[in-house]
Amino acid sequence: MTGRPEGSPPGAAGPPLMEARNITKILGGKLILDDVSLSLNRGEFKVLIGPSGSGKSTLLQCVHFLLIPDGGDVLLEGASAVEMGHKNVCAFRREIGMIFQDFNLFDHLTARDNVAIALRKVKKVPKAAAMARAMGELERVGLADKAGLYPAQLSGGQKQRVSIARAMAMEPKLMLLDEPTSALDPELIGEVLNVIANLARGGMTMLMVTHQIGFARHLVNEINFMEDGRIIERGHPEALLADPASRTATFCSRLSELTGNQ
Amino acid sequence: MPFLPDFSFYNAIVYIFKGTSLTVALIVGSMLTGLLVGLPMAAAQVYGPRWARYLVGLYVWFFRGIPILVLLFLFYFGIFGVVERFLGEILGRKVGVPPFVATLATLGLTSAAYQSQIFRGAILSLHQGQYKAALSLGFTRVGALAHVILPQALRVAIPAWANEYSILLKDSALAYVLGTMEIMARIRQMVSITHMHVPFYVLAGLIYYALTWMGIRALKRLEERTRIPGLGTADAGGGANDRAA
Repeated sequence: MTGRPEGSPPGAAGPPLMEARNITKILGGKLILDDVSLSLNRGEFKVLIGPSGSGKSTLLQCVHFLLIPDGGDVLLEGASAVEMGHKNVCAFRREIGMIFQDFNLFDHLTARDNVAIALRKVKKVPKAAAMARAMGELERVGLADKAGLYPAQLSGGQKQRVSIARAMAMEPKLMLLDEPTSALDPELIGEVLNVIANLARGGMTMLMVTHQIGFARHLVNEINFMEDGRIIERGHPEALLADPASRTATFCSRLSELTGNQ
Repeated sequence: MPFLPDFSFYNAIVYIFKGTSLTVALIVGSMLTGLLVGLPMAAAQVYGPRWARYLVGLYVWFFRGIPILVLLFLFYFGIFGVVERFLGEILGRKVGVPPFVATLATLGLTSAAYQSQIFRGAILSLHQGQYKAALSLGFTRVGALAHVILPQALRVAIPAWANEYSILLKDSALAYVLGTMEIMARIRQMVSITHMHVPFYVLAGLIYYALTWMGIRALKRLEERTRIPGLGTADAGGGANDRAA
């Protein structure tokens, strides 16, 4: 960690909403996460970037306890995931939403049922209420007219918006986004980024892995640069990107050369 | 034979068709047994711990490696023989396991081995991220299986299941060796009375053919009715589909 100045996040007072403490994860005999700590205050939007294989996705999954860390703990509003134990891990996960690179919609359900199923089966919301809620969430991502279509009948951008609606319906305290636009055709990226920007403006606490740095720099409170399983730089995007010597700035300028983005 | 004094071909055919209901009961029963036992085994083999996968593997290896005829005898005289003796001693009287039960158990448990592999393949053909997504929404592992994975895996499995039906139907023709009075047992009785081999075996073939055809057709209908729009055909994609690469 090169100890760069932290940006001043909103609502910095009080305990963080989510605190990941000293996360270590070994996969296939290889150290993927090496003592990583990260915290988010309510309403904060932070980004993880870094070369592939640096552990970004693994970190998201460990924060979510989809992967159980080999060491360390995650606290959500002060409640420890480790202390909750195996039995309550589902309750812990329910409080956190996850958006995947390849959408992972349920192929056998319509868009509306995709959004409603967890409400009904996990939260035990009655069917009519769950359906109404699902329609509301689809409206919010601009897909009310596609409610009856199946995932195979939707475009990539529409699928990702349904998956955001599905996560939001569970009223998560924290949203994790794992390269939400990487699997999309370029002309579909915008519609998904718009939805994410709206969530950010609505005060959703979010941690996103992305390479859309042009999008991120104006919205996020902090960039965390990962390499070899560690966060090696963190700071406000303007500060990090303005410093030509920072690892983040070199990485991002190389990205823009490749993709032609700013 | 029940009607030797007044034998007629009409009576013979009625008698044989009565055996058909027993064959149908045998097939429906053992397909369902195979489903109920095979489905959890498939789930255990894909998502379970190492010991569970090992046990399922052992089960499948055992049943796939032995001819159905040998299994029928093994179950009837071996396992059910022990059960009969055990129950007999407890109850203090002679207990007999009906041949139908022994046959159904043998065919059902054998089919479970085959069906577990059908369902395992079906589960593995699904996009596994869906399981992870279900967990991320707060589903338990069993909940994710029940509400997300199995509804899709069962659809995918229907064509292979139709195959298993047709194989099992014909395996059931061996049930006569235990004295189950299904189609084949009755055909053989008629043959031994009349010594008319070819006509009765042709009749047997026709009955099995009809049962196969009806079952396969019903499953084909089921497959079409449960098809997910946009999936399941070679020219998939209804409308604005661009399965992102």
